[in-house]
Amino acid sequence: MKNSYSLKARMAASKASYAMLAPYFILFFFFTVLPVVASVFLSFTYFNMLEAPRFIGWANYAKLALEDDIFLIAFKNTLIFAVITGPVSYFLCLLFAWIINEFKGKTRALLTLVFYAPSICGQAFLVWTIILSGDRYGYLNGFLLRWGFINNAVLWMQTEGYVLPVLIVVQLWLSLGTGFLAFIAGLQTVDPTLYEAAAVDGIKNRWQELWFVTLPAMKPQLMFGAVMQITQSFAISDISIQLAGNPSVNYSGATIVTHLLDYSTIRFDMGYASAIATVLFLLMVGSNKLVQRVLRRVGE
Amino acid sequence: MKTKRRFRLRLGRRKLNRSAAGNSLLFALMAVCAVFMALPLVMIANNAFKPLDEIFQYPPKIFVRNPSLDNFVSLFAVMNDSWVPFSRYILNTLIITGLGTVGHVICASLAAYPLAKHDFPGKKFLFNMVVLSIMFSWTVTQIPNYMIISWLHINNTYLALILPAWSFGLGLYLMKQFMEQLPMSLIESARLDGAKEFRIFWSICMPNVKPAWLTLAIFQFQQMWGNTGSLFLRSESLKPMQYALQQITAGGAARAGAAAAVAFVIALIPIVFFFVCQSSILETMAQSGMKE
Repeated sequence: MKNSYSLKARMAASKASYAMLAPYFILFFFFTVLPVVASVFLSFTYFNMLEAPRFIGWANYAKLALEDDIFLIAFKNTLIFAVITGPVSYFLCLLFAWIINEFKGKTRALLTLVFYAPSICGQAFLVWTIILSGDRYGYLNGFLLRWGFINNAVLWMQTEGYVLPVLIVVQLWLSLGTGFLAFIAGLQTVDPTLYEAAAVDGIKNRWQELWFVTLPAMKPQLMFGAVMQITQSFAISDISIQLAGNPSVNYSGATIVTHLLDYSTIRFDMGYASAIATVLFLLMVGSNKLVQRVLRRVGE
Repeated sequence: MKTKRRFRLRLGRRKLNRSAAGNSLLFALMAVCAVFMALPLVMIANNAFKPLDEIFQYPPKIFVRNPSLDNFVSLFAVMNDSWVPFSRYILNTLIITGLGTVGHVICASLAAYPLAKHDFPGKKFLFNMVVLSIMFSWTVTQIPNYMIISWLHINNTYLALILPAWSFGLGLYLMKQFMEQLPMSLIESARLDGAKEFRIFWSICMPNVKPAWLTLAIFQFQQMWGNTGSLFLRSESLKPMQYALQQITAGGAARAGAAAAVAFVIALIPIVFFFVCQSSILETMAQSGMKE
């Protein structure tokens, strides 16, 4: 009784806070919370977008786990993608943001633009279709033929064994996105007096400075970058569809999201697509928990 | 005079803990990588100025040999032919992208401030909900979203694109992370001076996290600029420029020249916006000492 009273009192005292939250969270409720709840509900139904959804319990999830062989391939590919591109992209973002931070003025803005370019030009993948073209005019084939590494042109995106590694390289090239810009902004807000104090305390080189001063000072941005990285690495689909096609050769480029798109935009089975989305969501939440635990130890 | 001295002082600070060997190694690495990263920019810019025979040339070349403005001329010709006057598409884009970006930055920052600096019941819950929402695949929420927008009777209005954009999860998360770093003493001293919470938010918190909301503006602008609105907008007179431009591209081989010019325009505008925002991030930081 006493507890509920104090809760009420605390809520009344925080009127100003709630007023500031209201505009965002009212919209958030309508345009995010409701749709997410609705799709989780749909994952327990059969829904073809023409008839009303029909409740079928756990059937979608059972099919996903036991019958859908392609989902297993997609799941495996996604894990490989995420485990490799996730951490590597994250470090690349941090590394390049940190180096660019050494520059000043317009040079700095220009460098940031150049490194962010793949994320800002919508058609970045076009470059890769030219590079990876399967005939001898493709830049990669041309280069390898000329220097004698191979004797015949390789069909990069049509050969099962090459698809996944190539997609990983392209994804890494695309990786300087949201997290990268957040790090750039984060480095700007590190208090410069911290560096002087650290120099007095015996920090000798830039690497020590990075680990003991810079990184701990931008922990909130590191956390933000990690969440962005996880959502990107687990949701890889665009480049796979654009370069390898959907479905790709023997599903070698299939990921959870290409599988999801297959069911939602081609087969119109939204119930099943929602089940895939829910599994993907749980996967991301789990890895986020793990990553946040690691990040807490930065600078120790 | 005074600013000059300060600038020098900051330069001096930068030199701490930096070896010449390390510097040259890092910069060489940067130069090599920059060439690869700039490829799409170089390609789009070159394509836009290629005459038709070079666009269709096989094998394709990245660099243009005989640059011409033909593509832009044909783009303007197609634009004059459009269903509604092309200026209407531009106006729609200004409204949707402008309000979508400004509104989101304000809405998200306003909510991020109490989440970062106040203590109230439900704080953790609300914040976690937003972070988790970022991880839910938007592909499957589109249909429920469409139903909700119809139910709210904002289908086929600008609001159908603008209002959801105001509540994207990324912006709130980003702003909250930056505001968290502001020292509590800054806010408390303003409170002692009798400032109301909204005033503290607007004139103390926001100026101090300028890099954050400029970065957020870049993300949101890009997002809104890329939106064709084809799901919610049925009236031709409401559709944004991105939609009209993509229709031109859809003309296929016959419009290949105009399409190359379109790709250039579509990329150029966010790049200009990006450059303006990034440059002003630096300006602010050079002026203020920040966070004492």
